[in-house]
Amino acid sequence: MRNITFTQIIRETLEAELTRDETIFLMGEDIGVYGGPFGASRGLLEKFGSERIRDTPISEQAITGIAIGAAVAGQRPIIEIMFMDFITLAVDQMVNMAAKLHPIYGQNCPLVLRTTPGAGRGYGATHSQSLERIFCGIPGIKIAAPSNARDGSALLQTAIRDNNPVLFLEHKLLYPMRFEVDDKLPEPTPFGYAKITREGEDLTIIAWSYMSVLALQAAAKLSNDDIEAEVIDLRTLAPLDIDTIIESVKSTGRVMIIEEGPLTGGFAGEIAAQITEQAFEYLDYPVKRLAGDDLPIPSAKSLELNCIPSVATITKAASDLALAD
Amino acid sequence: MLLKAAYNQMLLIRYFEESIERLFLEGRVMGTAHTCIGQEAVSVGVATALQPQDAMTTTHRGHGHFLARGAEPAKAMAELFGKSIGYSKGRGGSQMMMAPEMGFYGSNGITGGSIPFATGIALDASIRKTDRVSACMFGDGASNQGVFHETLNMAALWKLPVLYIVENNGYAMSTSTDQGLANPCIADRAKAYNIPGVTINGNDFEEVYNCVQQYAEAARQGEGPALIECMTYRLSGHSRGDPRVYRTREEEQEAWKRDPVKTMEKQLLERKVLTAAQIEEVQQKTTAIIDKAIITCENAPPASAAEFQNSLFAE
Repeated sequence: MRNITFTQIIRETLEAELTRDETIFLMGEDIGVYGGPFGASRGLLEKFGSERIRDTPISEQAITGIAIGAAVAGQRPIIEIMFMDFITLAVDQMVNMAAKLHPIYGQNCPLVLRTTPGAGRGYGATHSQSLERIFCGIPGIKIAAPSNARDGSALLQTAIRDNNPVLFLEHKLLYPMRFEVDDKLPEPTPFGYAKITREGEDLTIIAWSYMSVLALQAAAKLSNDDIEAEVIDLRTLAPLDIDTIIESVKSTGRVMIIEEGPLTGGFAGEIAAQITEQAFEYLDYPVKRLAGDDLPIPSAKSLELNCIPSVATITKAASDLALAD
Repeated sequence: MLLKAAYNQMLLIRYFEESIERLFLEGRVMGTAHTCIGQEAVSVGVATALQPQDAMTTTHRGHGHFLARGAEPAKAMAELFGKSIGYSKGRGGSQMMMAPEMGFYGSNGITGGSIPFATGIALDASIRKTDRVSACMFGDGASNQGVFHETLNMAALWKLPVLYIVENNGYAMSTSTDQGLANPCIADRAKAYNIPGVTINGNDFEEVYNCVQQYAEAARQGEGPALIECMTYRLSGHSRGDPRVYRTREEEQEAWKRDPVKTMEKQLLERKVLTAAQIEEVQQKTTAIIDKAIITCENAPPASAAEFQNSLFAE
């Protein structure tokens, strides 16, 4: 076992995959000499050269579209969109080209788009958003949202080996976090399997990406008050492991879904709808969503942390739900 | 032989497009379609200049490009009939067909959407060091999309083997180039990316063929991209049901005098490549090909809903 950061395991995974398959290449802004804004590709340029670690101009739509063309022609590109907010500039190519290639034209599009959602660093309204909701309603795009180093590596390997476009979320607060992992990189984990990261019978808490970290911390606090929460880390949003969710809800009868992005129009609403459709009669209390405020993310720390779920607000909301009559 | 083959293809495209317009009027096909009547010399000039291993991407107005690249008329037309024998099994319609096995990489129906796609195919050629060139077809309207500029800059930086071939047909749907281009010369934009830019007569097959061949060879030798502006005219409306209120019938009559198919027939006669009787024979044969394609489409089974339902992801 060893203790390493999320950044380190992403870097090692990229290196291992680039070594394994020479059709894989990286493309994005400041990923080469600079090593990526969070250091996830540091050292790769020296090892693999500028043909395979391609620094680009600031042109998100072209980066994405060029990668899609290369993917259809036989390469396996991994592109990086520096902040998830910038993905708005690449949405056309993902939605109108990548997502249509297999169902309409019968073509493979083995593309991974790595990007960094999330607030908490005071970067302000256009460097802090969680925009996965844009893609959750687009059939044809897979979405992975790991919450720890082991899953980060295992899911990234799966994403790279998949023959479809994959949106891969690396929450910016995960990068400096340290995790206990095996000396060897994990085996790839298949998409569509949520992980129950803590068992409990009083309520179910569902989260993904960095919110899964907070959910576990909240669950530990709840346990001090004799409330045992079952925590489900979704790991992938598309495909969604609804079966694991339904099974847990049937046993606890109470469920809260945590989402960092704004409440209105989020993916938590979709999960809530599916739970209501499939397990309404098992619910002791209405489904609860705890999400970001319906506001842009402000910069000042005192404002920013007040806008998104925290261990304190998750603990409070979960406690209220568990104790409600 | 080159001219004769080119004439066969231009006529096939012309008759294909005329039949599509007729089939819409008769209510026999569905959806929408954008025909390229008047632009046949560009399609055939470009496709004739390419090698079999080369790639071509197209636009919403793509039937001509695809037929020039060797598409079977019935399998292309079947997309409009919604039939399973179509290149996209009836899922794509007029604007979304692809056949990589013949170096044809289609369009996605978004104006300018194929510009980076074609460039990615060229990036693959550059990485694998094949001698493939990518021909990226688009219109004057697409040249105003941001992605045009982003992509040309990157292709020029990386010296990718891709030709940006703009068919300047005078109109982006109803918006004339007078109203859409601050500088009417699209080829001028090449200067901004330090690549060659030329404007040619897109209604002249040989001019298109010679120009594209020259720059394709240069791209193959590693000299990078070029921007080729083919001046032409969309004799048809934008799409079915276009009342063409944005231009006069007189303007159209003037444009018909430069009809590339008629121009080609004149050249064939003048150079004694074909006699009038032989031209008539080609016309009859081409009519028969189109008639047969229509019958094939009408008799083909409809697209399979069950198969489509299970098609979202690749294995």
